[in-house]
Amino acid sequence: MNPFTYSSATAVEDAVRDNASHEGAAYIGGGTNLLDLMKENVARPTHLVGLNKLPLTSIEPTPEGGLRLGALATNADTAWNEEVKRRYPLLNQAILAGASPQLRNMATNGGNLLQRTRCYYFYDTATPCNKREPGSGCGAIGGFNRIHAILGASEQCIATHPSDMCIALAALAATVRVSGPRGERTIPFEDFHRLPGTTPERDNNLEPGELITGLDLPAKGFEKNFSYLKLRDRNSYAFALVSVAAALELDGDTIKDARLALGGVAHKPWRDQEAENLLKGQPATPETFARAAAKVVESAVGQGSNNFKIELARRAIVRALKQAAEGSQHASDVFLNSNP
Amino acid sequence: MIQQSSTSAAAAGGVAAPPPTGTVRLTINGQQHTLQIAPWTTLLDALREYVHLTGTKKGCDHGQCGACTVLVNGKRINSCLSLAVMHEDHDITTIEGLGSQENLHPLQQAFIDHDAFQCGYCTPGQICSAQGLLNEGRAHTEEEIKEHMSGNLCRCGAYAGILNAVKEVVDSQLRMKN
Repeated sequence: MNPFTYSSATAVEDAVRDNASHEGAAYIGGGTNLLDLMKENVARPTHLVGLNKLPLTSIEPTPEGGLRLGALATNADTAWNEEVKRRYPLLNQAILAGASPQLRNMATNGGNLLQRTRCYYFYDTATPCNKREPGSGCGAIGGFNRIHAILGASEQCIATHPSDMCIALAALAATVRVSGPRGERTIPFEDFHRLPGTTPERDNNLEPGELITGLDLPAKGFEKNFSYLKLRDRNSYAFALVSVAAALELDGDTIKDARLALGGVAHKPWRDQEAENLLKGQPATPETFARAAAKVVESAVGQGSNNFKIELARRAIVRALKQAAEGSQHASDVFLNSNP
Repeated sequence: MIQQSSTSAAAAGGVAAPPPTGTVRLTINGQQHTLQIAPWTTLLDALREYVHLTGTKKGCDHGQCGACTVLVNGKRINSCLSLAVMHEDHDITTIEGLGSQENLHPLQQAFIDHDAFQCGYCTPGQICSAQGLLNEGRAHTEEEIKEHMSGNLCRCGAYAGILNAVKEVVDSQLRMKN
């Protein structure tokens, strides 16, 4: 790791001010991704603003009937929160599908959104990477790209966003609350992360120095009919090749409302509202699900070693929607929800 | 606040300056330690290199293997992906704080009884992780224990023994509760 100075903030305003007063500063929450990137010389902050004393760990109801997740609540405390389990089980399942118990005890909600891609070329400083070093090229295009994007990629970057939690947050249409040198603002979840385009070095739409303070979940949690289906090389502690967050609101057999978001396929959590519209008002049948799935992968492009993801995604969407409609969870994840 | 020394290697005539340090106070296994360390010292390196508690192991140093697992306020974490300076107000428990040769922790005894290791390098992390699992109280069946222990790798492949050892202690705790 490169040398850096460290200070610990006790108030959001102090953290923002401290960050702004140091060239090359970065915030550190749980640190699980940032320290890893610093050890690999991918991230080289000269000053760290420690956030773990900020009063942002609570999980509380919002006046609108939703739930506010503190940016510094850990992924574990969020997943196992009673209100999250009861009202937003999709979020509970998505968080528990990611990382390990140790990492979930450290990683924060804000940090989960800000984790960087696990593209091996991004991590390997001996190879070109437009995200790490703009203009240097992309090692993944034409290289080993089994884990890479099939949707929304660009000629500069085919990296994927690695989060599970964010796929549920996209499906639930969360709102990101941020604080920065110019004050506070909120960002709809769909607008938070970016597609790579010609600026793959930017993962999200935070302005310099802005800090995530919380995530607001709307009142609607789709607690009856949901599924988080994660497909990966081993059934625990691995990143998704393809994951699907499916949520339905049913009136008898008719789909009143639907949400569909995918992980492991794009530079950002991939919510497809056109596919959702194909589900709404339709009977909850395999044919309806197949039409929505076909819509999602309509524009998918393989890069060679990840071509399999297109068919995998199509089938995973149908399966997740079926599980959601049946009110059953992903079979292998049911035990994650057990209680003492 | 820990200030970085302004003396660069170049300014010192090509000789690297000693790393800038600051005071960090840690409570480890109930004992207070005052360390003079650089801010980039991980909790793992602080434990091993400065407090000389070498039971906690450095495996991958990237949060992938779990060998460095310790308990912070009773919760298991990867000490390699955390800075020591972030834990000044916390209670840290390492394998040395769980049991001793004369007074083995039930998990340590169960690991011996079930042949739950070969080389033993992952064992301190496995046992600290299992203690975290017991504290959480959410894993009871074999399937649950496997999932909740998935953050700890064992290169020797002693997983069957590890599972049996953890299951035995989980079962005995459940019996005591009921």
